Formats: sequence, C-alpha cells, structure tokens
Amino acid sequence: MTPMTTEQIRALIARGKAKDTIFQAIGIICLAIGLLVIFLLVGDMLLRGLARLNLEFFTNFASRKAAQSGILSAWVGTILVMFVTALAAVPLGVAAGIYLEEYAKRNWITDIIEINITNLAAVPSIVYGLLALGVFVYTFGFGQSILSAGLTLALLILPIVIVSTREAIRAIPAMIREGSMAVGATRWQTCRYHIIPYAMPGILTGVIIGLARAIGETAPIITIGALTFIAFLPPVPFTGEPAAGLFDWVMSPFTVMPIQIFNWTSRPDPAFEVNAAAAGFVLMVMVLTMNALAIWLRYKMRKNIKW
Amino acid sequence: MNHAMSANNISDLHQVSDRFSRKFTRNIKERLIEFVLFAAATVSVLTTVGIVYVLVSESIQFFQHVSIVDFLTDTQWTPLFDDAHFGIMVLISGTLVSSGVALLVAIPMGTVIAIYLSEFANQHVREIAKPVLELLGGIPTIVFGYFALLIVTPLLQKIFPELPGFSLLSAGLVMGIMIVPYVASLSEDAMRAVPMSMREGSYAMGATKLYTALHVVVPAAISGLAASYILGISRAVGETMILAVAAGMQPNLTWNPMEPAATITSYIVQVALGDLPHGSIGYQTIFAAGLTLLLITLAFNIAGQWLRRRFREAY
Repeated sequence: MTPMTTEQIRALIARGKAKDTIFQAIGIICLAIGLLVIFLLVGDMLLRGLARLNLEFFTNFASRKAAQSGILSAWVGTILVMFVTALAAVPLGVAAGIYLEEYAKRNWITDIIEINITNLAAVPSIVYGLLALGVFVYTFGFGQSILSAGLTLALLILPIVIVSTREAIRAIPAMIREGSMAVGATRWQTCRYHIIPYAMPGILTGVIIGLARAIGETAPIITIGALTFIAFLPPVPFTGEPAAGLFDWVMSPFTVMPIQIFNWTSRPDPAFEVNAAAAGFVLMVMVLTMNALAIWLRYKMRKNIKW
Repeated sequence: MNHAMSANNISDLHQVSDRFSRKFTRNIKERLIEFVLFAAATVSVLTTVGIVYVLVSESIQFFQHVSIVDFLTDTQWTPLFDDAHFGIMVLISGTLVSSGVALLVAIPMGTVIAIYLSEFANQHVREIAKPVLELLGGIPTIVFGYFALLIVTPLLQKIFPELPGFSLLSAGLVMGIMIVPYVASLSEDAMRAVPMSMREGSYAMGATKLYTALHVVVPAAISGLAASYILGISRAVGETMILAVAAGMQPNLTWNPMEPAATITSYIVQVALGDLPHGSIGYQTIFAAGLTLLLITLAFNIAGQWLRRRFREAY
C-alpha cells in the first residue's frame, strides 16, 4: 500500500466531515418531522374547526345536525371519568410505590410484583377494556357507567403512577430517612412527614402524565360499551325528581371526548368532519396543557432541589 | 420519706407501662399501614390475574364452538354471518401489515433521532428536542386517527391515485410517527449508557463522529436498541384507534398495504360498538381475539428480554 499524500488525507478528512454534516442534517430533519406533525395536526384542526369553536359548541349536546352539535356531554363525561380515575389511581399507585421503595423486602413476592408492573405497562390498552368488560361491567355489575370507565383507566395508568412515585422516592437521599428515624420516628411517620412531601412534585408529574394519557384513551372505553350518543348529563346530586343521591352520577351512562371525536370522524357526512376537528382541537389543548404542566414541573423541580 | 419514694416508684411504673402500651398500639398501627400499602401493591398482580382469567375463561367457551385448527387455518373471518367462519389469520394479516409499515417508519426515524441526540446534539438542542418528542408521544391516538384519515390519506392519494379512502398504508405511516418517540427515547438512553472512554478511544484513532456512532456506539448499545424496537412492535400491534378510523374495518386477508383491512384491535372495537348480547358467540370472539393479541405482544416482549440478555455488553 502506497502512503497517502497530504492532499489525499485532507480529502479523506473532508469526506468524513461532510458525512458527519449530512447525518446531522438528516437527524434535524427527522426531529423537524415530529415537530411538523404536531403543528400540522393542531393547525389543521384549528383551521377546519374554527367555524364551530364558539360557546354553543361547549353547551350543546350532540345532534343529528352537524351545525347544532356540541360537546357538552363529552367534556362533562371526560372530567367526571378523570375524577374517578384520579381518585382510584393516585392513592393506589402512590401506596404501591411507597411499599415497593420503603417497605418491601427482597423476596420472590416483591420480584413478582415488580415483573408484573413492567409487563402491565406493555399490555395493549384494548386488553384492559376486555378485562373491564368481563369484570367491572358484568361480574361486578357496574354496567356501562362512569365508574367502570374510571376504574378501567385507573388500572391502565397505575404502572405510570407507580413508576414515577418510585423514581421520586429513590431520588431522596438515605440521610433524610436516617435523620428522621434517629429522632425516634417510625417508618410510617418517616414516610408521612418526610418521604411523601419531598417526593410530591415527582409524584404529581407522574400523575399528570398518567391522566394526560388516560384522557385520550378511546379503545378501552369503547370496549366496555360506552354509548356514542348521549343527550343528557349525569344527575347532579340532590337535584331532580326524585332527588338524585350524592353518588348517583357514578352509575350514569356517559360519553367522553375521544369517543365523540371517533363518532364524528367515522360519519360519511363531511359536515361532521368540522365537528371532529373542533373537538379534536379542544382535546389536544387539554392534553398539551397537561403535558406542558408536567414538563414545567419537572424542569422546576430539577432546578430547585439540591440535597 | 420512704412513703414518698414508693409512691414515686409506682407512678414511674405507671409511666413505663403506659409507654409500653403506647408502643404496642403504635406497632399495630405500623403493621396495619404496612399491610394496606402491600395490598395496594398487589393490585397490579390482581390486574394481571384478572386479564388472564377473563380472556382465558371466555376463550375456552369460544373454543367449545370453534376448533383451534379452524381458528388458525381458516382464511375467512365472518363471525356474525349465518355462514360463520373464524379464521384469525385474516385479522393477524392486517395487524402484521400495518405494524410492518409503522416499523419501516419508526425504526429508521427513531434510530437516527437517537443517534443524533446522543452523539451530535448539544445540551441546548437536547433540552428542546426531548419535550417535543414527549408531546408527540402524548398525542391521543384518536387524534392521530383523524390525522391519518383526513390529512395523510388525501396526501397519499395525490401520489397513488388508486389508493382507497381507507388503507393499511396511511394508518401504518401515522402509527409509525406515533411510535417514533418511544423508539428514539429508549434508544438514546441505551446509547448514552455506553461509556465515554469507548468513544474517546475511537476518536483517538482518527474516526469521525459518524463512524464512531455507527461502528462503536451502536454495536455497544445494540441490546438496548433491540429492546426499543421490540417495544415499538408491541405498541404497533396493540394500537387500536388509528386503525379503526383510517384502515377500514372489513376483514380482509391481504399482505398489500394499499388495501383496507381489519386488525385484531379494530375488530374488537367494531364488535364493541355494536350491541352483541353478553354470552353470545360474537361476544366471545372478541375475547379470543384479545387473547391472540395478548399472546403476540407477550411473545415479542419475551423475545425482547431474551435479546437484551443475549447481546448485553457489560463494561
């Protein structure tokens, strides 16, 4: 092999650097496609749905006439279902996270629980819907209610809440626990007055991300048989004739935003596409706001906490 | 004097026994709380048990009507017709084709983004790019379905005029975009875990950044990359709404992405939208389909864990 001349080596280096630059450009383009998709989606839905985005859209029920259709039952349903989901998933997930980090001994039971949580995160969401159809709807007799839907989504986001709780707890240094126990606190007192408050921002981030995921979930809720056309609201406690009980709304039929969008997208009449776009925009605003809140919270947390 | 002392002793004793009883109730409370926390942790196990129980018990009833051989080999899926056929391959073909299209998008894009973020991008770019990817991953799938049906399909029809209004191609492409964030972020984690000394060794030999990335970092992180691809596959296989909206829901045994077809997931949605009586054969088919879906994702997850162990490089 003949030795290379200086020019050849320079050319080799230039070629290598050119390849680096080209690859960098490809990387940036790929990232830009992601960003572009978000803008295209939000922009398209806003432009298409703009005509429908007025107050009446939020205060009208779904209707056979596209122009008079609204999302009243959908957004009320979404909020109520999310309320049930949060009420079930947050205590369960946080408690499970605390148990696994602070109490659990290293044994086979703990191993099973941990492997389980990892595997559950990979189970398709529609399978949770089938579980809920068999267990909540028919075995427990909750029917196609807000309660069934809320519990289904709670099980779905449980792994997210557990994992983020554990990560937040793991970031607390051991000296905090040792200090607390050194002044005579029990394990639970340590958790109650130190671990949980310090892990709170991290837990909150996980809960918001979990709820943002749940709010857009459609498949499991369709699977439990939620109706797509609801022209009434769940009973408000202590109103109506006879007066509704405090928890009657929990057993009420309902619809949610994603189902309403699905219903409107799958109609052949293009007038409903406008409704789908407007409702999709509202849903995107909800989800993006929640995600942005989570990202901001994490950013702030990273800046503030210095152990 | 003597008297006073003994009284003092007695009150001391009282205090001591009081403290013991307080400790006793405190211990009970601690035990109780530990038990409650443990019970919360077992909910996840109960969920798994519930899933397996529901799917298997309904499927057993289904397989009393339909033989497993027919289920796996029949080439028609018409469970609600009078002449009922239960060939799950019809639904599996739709699932595999759309997942294949999705992976053709997600794996190259995800890997390139991961290499770019871990090897080329500076801190500043990374801090912007990661939240953007996270937002992309957080978009509800029903919105992606809308995107596929009303934006991507018309665009594709300009390139392929013969493309029907519903197709596996446009659903698959959008599904690919949806999976990119998962693949990218897991792959990046894997590549960032490769020790700096290996890159430095490569640079010291005169390699460029790209050469180092492709010939040193990627091979070292290959087990993590494989795991991220597997996760992408199981996401694609289990994805529902994009396909239900944009791929049509007619069962169609095809390997051509230009055609509409039902998948396992979109079939379940279609049945759930109708009003099938509890306990009928049609009702049981969705559990048999769900069991098939769960087994497919399980197989991919086991393969992923095996790959990770088989090709793990330890430093």
